[in-house]
Amino acid sequence: MRCSAAGPGRPTVSETQTIDTGRVEAVLARYPRHDPGDLVNILHDLQAEFRYLPEEALRETAAHLELAPPQVYGVATFYHGFHTEPRGAHTCTVCTGTACHVRGAPRLLEQLERDTGIPAGGTAADLSLTVEEVGCVGACALGPLVVIDGEYHGHMTSERLTRLVGKLADSEEAS
Amino acid sequence: MSVRLAGPAELARHREGEVAARTAHQRVVAVCGGSGCRAQGAMDVLDALHAEIRAQGVDAAVSMRATGCHGFCERGPLVLLLPEGTLYQHVKVADAAEIVEKSLVGNEVLERLLCDDPATGLRHAREVDVPFYAHQQRIILADTGERDPTSIDDYIATGGYSALVRALEMGPEAVLEEVKLSGLRGRGGAGFPTGRKWEACRTAAGDLKYVVCNADEGDPGAFMDRSILEGNPHSVLEGMLIGALAMGAREGIVYVRQEYPLAVEHLGIALAQARERGLLGDGILGSDLSFDVRVSRGGGAFVCGEASAMMASLEGRRGVPRRRLIHLSERGLWGRPTNLNNVETWANVPHIVLRGADWYRSIGTEGSTGTKIFSLVGKVNNTGLVEVPMGTTLRDIVFGAGGGIPGGKAFKAVQTGGPSGGCLPASRLDVPVDFDTLVEEGSMMGSGGMIVMDEDTCMIDVAKYFLRFLAAESCGNCTSCREGLACLHDLLEDISEGRGTHETIILIEQLADAVESTSLCALGTSGVNPVLSTLRYFRSEYSAHVNERRCPAGVCKALITYSIDAEACTGCVLCARRCPENAISGEKKQPHTIDPELCIKCGICRDVCRYDAVLVQ
Repeated sequence: MRCSAAGPGRPTVSETQTIDTGRVEAVLARYPRHDPGDLVNILHDLQAEFRYLPEEALRETAAHLELAPPQVYGVATFYHGFHTEPRGAHTCTVCTGTACHVRGAPRLLEQLERDTGIPAGGTAADLSLTVEEVGCVGACALGPLVVIDGEYHGHMTSERLTRLVGKLADSEEAS
Repeated sequence: MSVRLAGPAELARHREGEVAARTAHQRVVAVCGGSGCRAQGAMDVLDALHAEIRAQGVDAAVSMRATGCHGFCERGPLVLLLPEGTLYQHVKVADAAEIVEKSLVGNEVLERLLCDDPATGLRHAREVDVPFYAHQQRIILADTGERDPTSIDDYIATGGYSALVRALEMGPEAVLEEVKLSGLRGRGGAGFPTGRKWEACRTAAGDLKYVVCNADEGDPGAFMDRSILEGNPHSVLEGMLIGALAMGAREGIVYVRQEYPLAVEHLGIALAQARERGLLGDGILGSDLSFDVRVSRGGGAFVCGEASAMMASLEGRRGVPRRRLIHLSERGLWGRPTNLNNVETWANVPHIVLRGADWYRSIGTEGSTGTKIFSLVGKVNNTGLVEVPMGTTLRDIVFGAGGGIPGGKAFKAVQTGGPSGGCLPASRLDVPVDFDTLVEEGSMMGSGGMIVMDEDTCMIDVAKYFLRFLAAESCGNCTSCREGLACLHDLLEDISEGRGTHETIILIEQLADAVESTSLCALGTSGVNPVLSTLRYFRSEYSAHVNERRCPAGVCKALITYSIDAEACTGCVLCARRCPENAISGEKKQPHTIDPELCIKCGICRDVCRYDAVLVQ
C-alpha cells in the first residue's frame, strides 16, 4: 500500500472510467416519484453502490429528476458526505470532533498521514486506501476515535493505530 | 404478528397483553446497544450471554434485549440486570458465564464488574446509586436503557403512545395550549418557545403543512439526538404525531445526519412498525388524524442545521441559508407552512401532554423549563449523556455527574453550545445552565454539547479548531463569513505559530465584530463566539503566546520543545523505537535524549512513555 497521494479534487484515475449503467438505473428505480426532494437520498444510494459518484451517474440522476446537470453536480459537491472521485477499497477516518480533538486526535491524523503518505481527504494511487477526517461521529466518550471501514475503534493510541493500518495493508496484499 | 390498532381501547388491550407477556420472565438482562457500547463489543457480549443462558438452562426465566443507550458510554459495554437494577461495566464476553451463574441463577452481585466512582473509589451495585446517574433527573432518557428500540411493543408496554391517546381526547387547541403553558423551548440551540412556533404554523393558511424533525446533529461533541433516535425512536414519532394533530399537518419528515447509520436504521424500523400498528397512516387510532413520516438523510453539511438551509436541502438543492423575511411557519418547505423542531424537543412533547404543563414547569427554572440532556465529554472522568433540570450549575454537571477531571489535572474550561458557543472558565462554574444565563456569559446552550478541558488544553488551539471547522462549513454565500472566518483562523494561526503581536489580537477583535454584524445566518454571526469568549476569559494565555512566545498548555508546536527527564527515564527504548524521525537516542537502561533538530514534535514519545519522562516546555 505505498501511496503517491493526490489531494481532494485532483483526479487520481482516468475520468473516463466506464460504469455499469444498469446499476444506476436500479438505484433510480427506487425513486419513481421523480421528486427533486429525493436528490440527496439518491446520491447516498449511488455512493453506496459505487463508493463515489461517477459523472455518468450524476448525469442520469439529473435526467431522472428533470434537473439541470449543474444543479445535481452542485449538490454533489456541496455536501461533505459525497465524493466525485474514486475512493479507496478501505477507508480510515479519524474523528476530529471537539471531544476527540482535546484528547489528541490531531496527532493521530498526522501520524496516519505520515505513515500512509496520504493527506486527509486523499486516496492512494492504487485505490487501496482513503484517509479522511470527520467532524464528529457522536461517539465522543470513546475519543479519540478512528473509524476503519465503518467499524469504530475507540480510545485510540499511536501504537494501536499503527497496528490497525498495518493489518489493512496486509489484508490488501493477501487479496 | 401484525396487529392494527383500531382505537384507544385496542391500544389499551394490546398493552395489557404485552405487559402480561413480559411478566412471564422474572429477570431481564438489558445490554446497552447504543453506538458507544457496540463499538466496544456489546453485541458479542449479548450473544455470549444468550448462549450462556441457554447452556445453563435459565432461558425460560430470563428475557434478553439490546436496549437504547444508557448514556454512560465511557464504561461500556454496560449490562443492566432487572428488576434489581444492578449495573455492570466493561463487560467482556469472558464474563458471560460468571454473570449467568452467579447473578442470574444465583443472586450474587459481582463486585469486580460494578461501576467505581473515581472520586471516592466506592463501587455501587445499583444503577441509580452510581454517582453518574444519581446526579441526574432522567425524564427523556428514563426508559431508554430498559427498552428494545426495535420493538414498538416494548414502547407500548411501558406506556408508549398513551400521550397520543390523551392528545386525541384533548383536541388540537387544548394540546397547543398545554405546550405553550409548559414553557418548552427548542432544544436545538436557539431556544425559541415551541408553543408559539406551533401556533404560528397552526394559524398559517394552507391545507398541506409539514412537521419536520431536525436530526442533523452537527455540533461536534454532541450526541444526545443520536442516542434518542437510536434508543427511543418512538418517543420522537409520538411527539411528531401530537404536533401534527395540534398544527393540522399531514406529512412529517425526519432530516437525519448521514453519519448516524444506526439511528437511520432504528428510525426506519420504528416507522414500519408504527404503520403496521396503524399509528401512522390514515385515521390513526380511529380518529380523523392522518399523518405519515419519511426519512431524509443529510449530506454532511453543518450549515443544514439552519432552518432555511435544511429546507433547501430537503428540496434537493445546495444547503444555502436564505433571508427569512417570512417565517417557515408560513412559507417553509415547498412554500408551505412548516414547523421545525429538533429531536429532543419532540421527545419532550409526550411527557408534557401526559403529565401536564404544571408538572413540566415545576422542573427547571422560570425561563427555561424542563430538563436538558448534555453530552459531557472531553477531559472528564464520567463521559456520557447527562440529563439534569435546567438551571443546574456547571459545577454540578462537571464535578457531580461528571466526577471531575481525570489524572488529578486542573479544570480549565468547559465549552458549551457547539462551534458557535463559548468557553467558560473555572470562575463561571457556579453559573446555572439555562438558555439566557449562558448567553449573558458569552456562550450559549446550543444543542447541549459540553466539552471539558483541562490544563493541557490550549485555548488558542481550541479557538483555532472551531474556526477551522466553521470556515470549512461556511456555505460561502456571505463574503464576511466565508472570508472572515478563514482570516480569523489564519490570525489565530499566527499567534499559535509565534508570529502574533498585540496588533494581531486587536485585528481579531475588529474582524470578529465585522463578521458578527454582517453575516446572514448564525453560522457567521455566532461563529466568532469561540474566539471572543476565549479572549474574554483567557486573555493571559493569548498574552503568553504573543509576548513570551510561550504556549502554557504545551500544545502549539512552534512554541514548545520536547525533552526527556533523565531522572525519570528508565531507558526502556520504547520512545526511541516509536519515534518516526529517529530523533531519540540512548543506550538501553540509560536515560535517552531528543535531538531538537530532528524532532517534529509529533508527541508520540510522550504518548507511549510509561514513566512520564517526556517533558514539554
